[in-house]
Amino acid sequence: MSSADLLTVPVADPLPTPVRYRGVLRRQVVSEIRLVFRRRRNIAMLVVLAAIPVLIGTAVKLSAPRPGEGPPFVGQITGNGLFLAFAALTVCLPVFLPLAVAVIAGDAVAGEANAGTLRYLLTVPVSRTRLLLVKSMAVVTYIAAAILLIAGVGVVLGIALFGTHGVTLLSGNTVPLADGLLRAGGVGGYVFIDLLGLAAVAMFLSTLTEVPVGAMAGTVVIVIAVAVLDSVPQLGGFRGLLLTHHWLDYASLLRFHIDTSQLVHGTLVPLAYTAIFGTAAWARLSNADVTS
Amino acid sequence: MTATATAEPVSETATSLAVRTVGLTRRFGAHVAVNSVDLEVPRGAVYGFLGPNGSGKTTTIRLLLGLMSAHAGSVELLGGPMPLAAGDVLSRVGTLVEGPAFHPYLSGRDNLRRLDAFDATTDPATQAERIGAALERVGLAAAATKTYRRYSLGMKQRLGLAAALSRPRDLLILDEPTNGLDPQGTREVRALIRELAADGTTVLVSSHLLAEIEQVATHVGIMSAGRLLRQGSLDEVLGVTAALLRVETREPERAAAALRNLGLSVESASVDHVLVGLGGLEPEAINKALVDADVPVRGLHVERPLLEDLFVQLTGEGFDVVG
Repeated sequence: MSSADLLTVPVADPLPTPVRYRGVLRRQVVSEIRLVFRRRRNIAMLVVLAAIPVLIGTAVKLSAPRPGEGPPFVGQITGNGLFLAFAALTVCLPVFLPLAVAVIAGDAVAGEANAGTLRYLLTVPVSRTRLLLVKSMAVVTYIAAAILLIAGVGVVLGIALFGTHGVTLLSGNTVPLADGLLRAGGVGGYVFIDLLGLAAVAMFLSTLTEVPVGAMAGTVVIVIAVAVLDSVPQLGGFRGLLLTHHWLDYASLLRFHIDTSQLVHGTLVPLAYTAIFGTAAWARLSNADVTS
Repeated sequence: MTATATAEPVSETATSLAVRTVGLTRRFGAHVAVNSVDLEVPRGAVYGFLGPNGSGKTTTIRLLLGLMSAHAGSVELLGGPMPLAAGDVLSRVGTLVEGPAFHPYLSGRDNLRRLDAFDATTDPATQAERIGAALERVGLAAAATKTYRRYSLGMKQRLGLAAALSRPRDLLILDEPTNGLDPQGTREVRALIRELAADGTTVLVSSHLLAEIEQVATHVGIMSAGRLLRQGSLDEVLGVTAALLRVETREPERAAAALRNLGLSVESASVDHVLVGLGGLEPEAINKALVDADVPVRGLHVERPLLEDLFVQLTGEGFDVVG
């Protein structure tokens, strides 16, 4: 073969760059959300969460508690329906919502690994970073839906059962309903950020195992352990760094003068957890051998 | 991840190979699962990837696809370095790795839709059509709306194949594609592989069903204990020149003498036949020589060594097989 022949050998096109269609991220997220929201277990959890304000509302309607009796905010419900939403969120926050987050976020990667579908997603191909992003967006959507559902059912049912005569805050001041609803939105947002931190922890655990139940149980154990640590006064200021320490600080939103510095501090902690464990999950998934 | 990013300028050999690994090595603790494997799958080939269970076939396939990282060596898939080029290359590769895996509570069609939705390089407008065609091709159209968990093992396997075929592919990597299929399904898969190969698709198919492979493969590679022991075209590996000629005759001694005169080595002789190495001669020429030497020949046929014999010889304990 002469050098002239060599020049005519077509060298081009060893790696044609494939055409990429628009709106891929949207397609992927929609597919993932559908997967999460069509699963019966996940629907059942939403039903249970929605039942909490119904149960509280019914109980309070049947026998009104004296002030200071029962869970926080329950005493205020008879005077103002809006407080049913706050009471329901407060009842759900320590156990029910973390459990739901643990199940959804713990299942995110480990569930695919366990079913063996992870290897087929990755060879589609989907980059590992993209997969984690899509999974996170579905988890975030589920958390938002759960909070909206509890608060929404609480507000509607509360107003239907107990009416609203202006919203009387914890500080005794009465504000118009619109102001009250705005504050309810603030509470929902605060709870949402609380749970983001937990979701990041659960997703990190989810990248460590091929057994989804392991990641779910691990998350619940962490929530309980942190709550125990938080009740040890000797830990002092360190407790302020615990994931759940500021979870209930949204009560500040229900006083006339909102303590914004407390709220900012309370949201910075879960946001820091989100950043740290989100990065850890990404680092772990990016380097993991997929052997399932 | 190994630093194999510095792919040399694409050479002619690189482009003519659909899969190339150089010194591919992967350990699990002290155990070397894949030991310095140089896999070469020519474009357009049907490459039978053989080896006993635990010989490292599936680990090799996982390394090819970037699901696992190598401890040494490099992988090129369709000319692109893996895992770096995964985003560009894998959409042209259909895979079935270690059995099918889908979401049990979604229907077969919904499972395919999900995978398709995640592919940045497929056109959503043609999705329904492509998925329908793929399901049709594997004979699953009637069960498309059944949930996956109600599928039989064979149907699951078919759905896995449908996922690999839901768009045109340049390379198919199929790990045990006939696992769980009935004889009818096995024949269909064989026909499917032939059909795809005829269209120019390269197929890398791993299996321990040797007779299966022998019928469709143009090339084979044999793995054992993490090493690639043999590789090449089926004829090369089986060694056409090593084929034996069985001469059936009432006078084996005279026949043996005549054959030795031709310079052939007689492997064995019994009361009614002689086995002789072909030694590169045409059977017709040998027949003529026998007739010329007045040897009464009753029958004459070429016995190609079976892939299975070679396989057992290479991978089994039977060292005594080699004569």
